[in-house]
Amino acid sequence: MDDRITMRLARYRPEEEDEPTFEEYEVPCHKEWVVLDGLNYIKDQLDGTLSYRWSCRMGICGSCGMTVNGEPKLTCATFLTDYAPGPVHVEPMQNFPVVRDLIVEMTDFMEKLTAIKPWIVRDEERPLAEGEYRQTPDELNEYKQYSMCINCMLCYAACPVYGLDPDFIGPAAIATAQRYNLDSRDEGSDERLDLLSLHEGIWACTFVGECTKVCPKKVDPAGAIQRYKLDAALTSLKDLLLPWGAR
Amino acid sequence: MTATYDVLLVGGGGAGLRAAIAIAETNPLLRIAVVSKVYPMRSHTVSAEGGSAAVISADDSLDEHAYDTISGGDWLCDQDAVDAFVREAPEELLRLEHWGCPWSRTPDGRVAVRSFGGMKNKRTWYAADKTGFHMLHTLFQTSLKYPSVIRYDEWFVTKLLVDDGRVQGVVALELMSGKVEPILAKAVILCTGGCGKVFPFTTNASIKTGDGMALAYTAGAPLKDMEFVQYHPTGLPFTGILITEASRAEGGWLLNKDGYRYLQDYDLGTPEPTPVLRSMELGPRDRLSQAFVKEVEKGRTIDGPYGPVVHLDLRHLGRELIDARIPFVRELCQKYQNIDPVKEMIPVRPVIHYIMGGVHTDIDGATPLAGLYAAGEVACVNINGANRLGSNSLTELLVFGARAGRAAAEYASTRADPSSSLLAQAEDEKRRLERDFLHKTDGSERPATIREEMQEAMEQGAGIYRSGEGLTRAADRLRELQERFRNVAVQDSSRTFNTELTSVLELSCMLDVAESMIQSALWREESRGAHQRTDFTERDDERFLAHSLTHRNPDGSSRIEYLPVTITRWPPGERVYGR
Repeated sequence: MDDRITMRLARYRPEEEDEPTFEEYEVPCHKEWVVLDGLNYIKDQLDGTLSYRWSCRMGICGSCGMTVNGEPKLTCATFLTDYAPGPVHVEPMQNFPVVRDLIVEMTDFMEKLTAIKPWIVRDEERPLAEGEYRQTPDELNEYKQYSMCINCMLCYAACPVYGLDPDFIGPAAIATAQRYNLDSRDEGSDERLDLLSLHEGIWACTFVGECTKVCPKKVDPAGAIQRYKLDAALTSLKDLLLPWGAR
Repeated sequence: MTATYDVLLVGGGGAGLRAAIAIAETNPLLRIAVVSKVYPMRSHTVSAEGGSAAVISADDSLDEHAYDTISGGDWLCDQDAVDAFVREAPEELLRLEHWGCPWSRTPDGRVAVRSFGGMKNKRTWYAADKTGFHMLHTLFQTSLKYPSVIRYDEWFVTKLLVDDGRVQGVVALELMSGKVEPILAKAVILCTGGCGKVFPFTTNASIKTGDGMALAYTAGAPLKDMEFVQYHPTGLPFTGILITEASRAEGGWLLNKDGYRYLQDYDLGTPEPTPVLRSMELGPRDRLSQAFVKEVEKGRTIDGPYGPVVHLDLRHLGRELIDARIPFVRELCQKYQNIDPVKEMIPVRPVIHYIMGGVHTDIDGATPLAGLYAAGEVACVNINGANRLGSNSLTELLVFGARAGRAAAEYASTRADPSSSLLAQAEDEKRRLERDFLHKTDGSERPATIREEMQEAMEQGAGIYRSGEGLTRAADRLRELQERFRNVAVQDSSRTFNTELTSVLELSCMLDVAESMIQSALWREESRGAHQRTDFTERDDERFLAHSLTHRNPDGSSRIEYLPVTITRWPPGERVYGR
């Protein structure tokens, strides 16, 4: 097979230029090759200055999210041949500041992830000597889907609300909050509910579901957000009807 | 003012995060830094699939776990270390359960365990087949609640600062800004993982370049048992993506081109329709990978576009079991191989997966260099001997991450802050990076070419079967590549996220690590576990019931010394599987 395909890449070198530019490279288009293989070929054989993040090449580390022909994608799980005859446009993920070439700044996401207290909160910790918390397979299934998030941030790149309002805590963080809220071992949901309520953005989320569409791990952040809104609405309704705070 | 900590972790994967939490819990006043070249949740622990071993069933025992580990390791394990490992394993996994790890469960809500290769009883805890992913995210998210843990995400450590015979910090490059800075600490724990990228075909992520091993080696700490490299028997042929051993534990069969379960020809037992522990497909990884090579020699493998393969057949397990127990296997096969294991057989071949060797440590993670500790795959305690059993390494991260964390915390509590005299060394290091890489204009060697030639030399010289002749050839190639590396060209002179610079620094680490693998393999004139010599085909306990230590000489060359194996209750014996 001698097929080749053109990759058109966004380049941005902050020390040299004010605006991103585009450069084209021609790479082999083997049927097993993913977009990331094309980038690695360019970096190794054609242009060592190209910068991008990647690591596991098996869709689990969450490093290699980019925009491929306008869509947020894990480049390790996106085949070049799907874009034949080309060109394949590769740009950094949208809605994030670009550091260089295909690399975006992700500290905002890290702060949001931390803000929702993504750990088991308990009034009293069970001593190890008492063994495991019992959790039936059904109880596990309650939150399991939300625990599959690999923090690739494709959902933020796809989120129209985050695009307009960077303060929006965003799909992955809310899904992770729900992951703990729904865990039978956790007692922190009230605390997290209060935290999330501080973020007005959540009410701006209409059920567009772009986040769920682009999620490579079927986490369904849109479902998590709707569920959260319902919980929050019920809570405020109860607060209104039962002002002494019974929940 | 120079950033100063009590304990600094290099690497934020399973071992590093477990160590960080152990330190924070030992003493909340200690200042902890986690310096990692990637955001911690990107670390390669994330890719581990099958599970993590620890005795929990009433019909299992610590001694049986220890014996499986020691015989699996072909008696190269230190038995005192294995004893501590199996003893502390259950509480470590339980602790993770308390931190929220979504372990798979039995119907009554208890933690479920599955079979695994080389294990006599079911003792492998699992979270479907994304165990490493869930463990890493649980550890990372739990670590976020400790304010004393300060993270340096995407900082690349280029050097250990050593003064007065003690490690007292690191020099690190911040990828985002390109600044090179000293970060001082009373104790440093290396938790950088393995070095699979030294080989061309590996399950390892691109970040597994042996950085911590090279840092320690260059600073004067020896590397131990580096000749023992594990091939996992079932990788996808082009990508090297791992198909977990859990697929065989759940009942998968390995078939040659005649549809024959060929492992029965290699003293691994007789085929039964359902899995039998320590038998056939549940034999140890070294023996299964070696059997593959023999099948190739007999002409009984299938020719694929990327060389010979055998088939892993899961079809008889049915869709329901596959989706419940090993969904990631199905996802990976569908996404990357375009086949559905529910209906089709999976082509597989052995693939470099793990290094048993690493930085020489004692049972508390301490290296011979004061102030320097190591834990996880970067370290060699040694509990894995000449062949690690599947599902022992995730547990090892926890047990020895915690041990190293506690030991380093104690050490740091008795020391004064590092002296500012180290800053001159840091300045030297900054100048070295600029002179040798960033400002160098006359290099002519492409880094990728040197890397590919190194990988080829390693595959040819230090594969599943080795010979003195092949190893000598590989040693010569590596020397030549070291020479050529001095002339490496770095096209990218940018300060901002210069990944060409980091890949060249990684290449430098890999060349050191490769050298130690080849030299230790050359000197070990016997066959044991994963180290099989065609010119010395028997195990030789007289000469080699010993750990190799690779030291770096001042002129950059290496020398090998030996250290006796600690044998307590299990004298060396025959490895028996399937009978």
